[in-house]
Amino acid sequence: MSAAMTQQNAPKADVILSARGLTKRFAGFVAVNDVDLDVQRGSIHALIGPNGAGKTTCFNLLTKFLQPSAGTITLNGRDITRMPSADIARLGLVRSFQISAVFPKLSVLENVRIALQRRRGDSFDFWRSQKVLHELYAEAMERVDEVGLSSFTHETAGELSYGRKRALEIATTLALEPEMLLLDEPMAGMAQEDVARISALIRKIAANRTILMVEHNLSVVADLSDRITVLARGQVLAEGPYEAVSKDPRVIDAYIGAGHE
Amino acid sequence: MTTQSETGYRSEAAALPIGTPRHHMVIFAVLFGLLLVAPSVLYPVFLMKVLCFALFASALNLLLGFGGLLSFGHAAFFGSSSYVAAYAAKAWGFNPEFAILLGVLAAAVLGLGIGALAIRRQGIYFAMVTLAFAQMVFFFALQAPFTGGEDGIQAVPRGRLFGLIDLSSDLTLYFVVLAIVFGALLLIYRIIHSPFGQVLKAIRDNEPRSVSLGYKVNRYKLAVFVMSAALAGLAGATKAIVFQLASLTDVYWTMSGEVVLMTLLGGMGTVFGPLIGAAVIVTMQNYFAGFGAWVTVLQGAIFVVSVLLFREGIVGVLAKWLKKPL
Repeated sequence: MSAAMTQQNAPKADVILSARGLTKRFAGFVAVNDVDLDVQRGSIHALIGPNGAGKTTCFNLLTKFLQPSAGTITLNGRDITRMPSADIARLGLVRSFQISAVFPKLSVLENVRIALQRRRGDSFDFWRSQKVLHELYAEAMERVDEVGLSSFTHETAGELSYGRKRALEIATTLALEPEMLLLDEPMAGMAQEDVARISALIRKIAANRTILMVEHNLSVVADLSDRITVLARGQVLAEGPYEAVSKDPRVIDAYIGAGHE
Repeated sequence: MTTQSETGYRSEAAALPIGTPRHHMVIFAVLFGLLLVAPSVLYPVFLMKVLCFALFASALNLLLGFGGLLSFGHAAFFGSSSYVAAYAAKAWGFNPEFAILLGVLAAAVLGLGIGALAIRRQGIYFAMVTLAFAQMVFFFALQAPFTGGEDGIQAVPRGRLFGLIDLSSDLTLYFVVLAIVFGALLLIYRIIHSPFGQVLKAIRDNEPRSVSLGYKVNRYKLAVFVMSAALAGLAGATKAIVFQLASLTDVYWTMSGEVVLMTLLGGMGTVFGPLIGAAVIVTMQNYFAGFGAWVTVLQGAIFVVSVLLFREGIVGVLAKWLKKPL
């Protein structure tokens, strides 16, 4: 029966990540309720909604940092609903975090290198000198350069400014060469000039990969995303390109209702 | 342009303070040299005690300072290994090297069991789980027939190393202990500076991020827990041979606290901090012994002062001052 269901709901070939009936119940309330989502390969897809709409929960479900109460998730047609998060990262679906996620005591270069190190497989070789990681340096440097941090290579990551931490985080994520990136509010708490810089960076890295990003603010994603899914109270309210979604009366209502313009 | 910058990276990479910073090796060499001549000035048994605790604190530091896991039950590994080694040497007549090896093995197995359960919890809960298990080990040591209860195992023979070298002389034993402890310290140093150590530091800094990069963090945590337990066991077993004694003090929770104190006082997450911390605490206990119960008060006062004045520990502050990792 489940095979028949998969057949029936099988996403089209150009869908990379797909969720069906995704539901998360916490004691007393349903944070995400029966959400269907299809992310097209090569697109920038935004998941937006007012506060408490279930965006971050949804995001955590997709990367398995939370277990769904019901529903299925498929990545490239493969069921990942019960897979641990580390394995999902190994399949090429890599996420970022809302609070900037760097390794604060490691240097900028080491931050990126720790991602590159994944290529060696597991690193349980405690008897070997880390000189074996030297071969990763040239590439780590390129990655750092790519996001404009080359003059901070040996700084401790924890001492970087907020915007630079985000850039470093993106460099680290890119070092894994993920097929798909999930960005959790990449612009949150960022100064205006940083927003422009990160927007440009996201557009650049989207050239040959798929991006799903969670954003609070509709206007931030307006010119960046190909497709927008609007969540409200844990459910999909509307989906489509920005022009259509922004004119949808239900969306306008949800935002006004939540106290936003 | 690319080729130019590539060569630029490479020459820079060669000059980077990674791999093994040269000044660390210099410090290790100087320290070893000093310890070689130290018995001509200081009492060898005292020095051996310092060495054993330096290793114990370094083992804890591997877990705490580099794995970010605060164990409040490390006496379980130190003590049980000390009992096993003492029993093997005394009851079964094992050579000291095999007695110590058996102790280390016991500590590693115990570490695997306790670690597998403890790493499921985080932060303070992790510390509490390790403390709870250590208390269980303590009661086992108190009640089991072969541990000697309140008396412990006394008059453990030091025996002959490899069946050849008589260890009854303090000076001979000192050089053996120096070799064991220094070897173990270099091993810890290598672990910290290995690809494994890099992942460990990443997990310490940001666990969810490490998961999102595809690292199976629990395996790394368990691995470092077992390594730390085994090294703590090495310290305990060596101590049992040195003092010819395994006692309840070795498994008591105050021992777990003391080793945490040594690590914090010296500088958690530094290479040499635990050695300094252990030396300071052991020296105080030995030379202030005349003050009786006041030693504990002094120890407490020093700890309060160190937390207030130099939170990074003695070596941590020194490293900041010199702008070099120590």
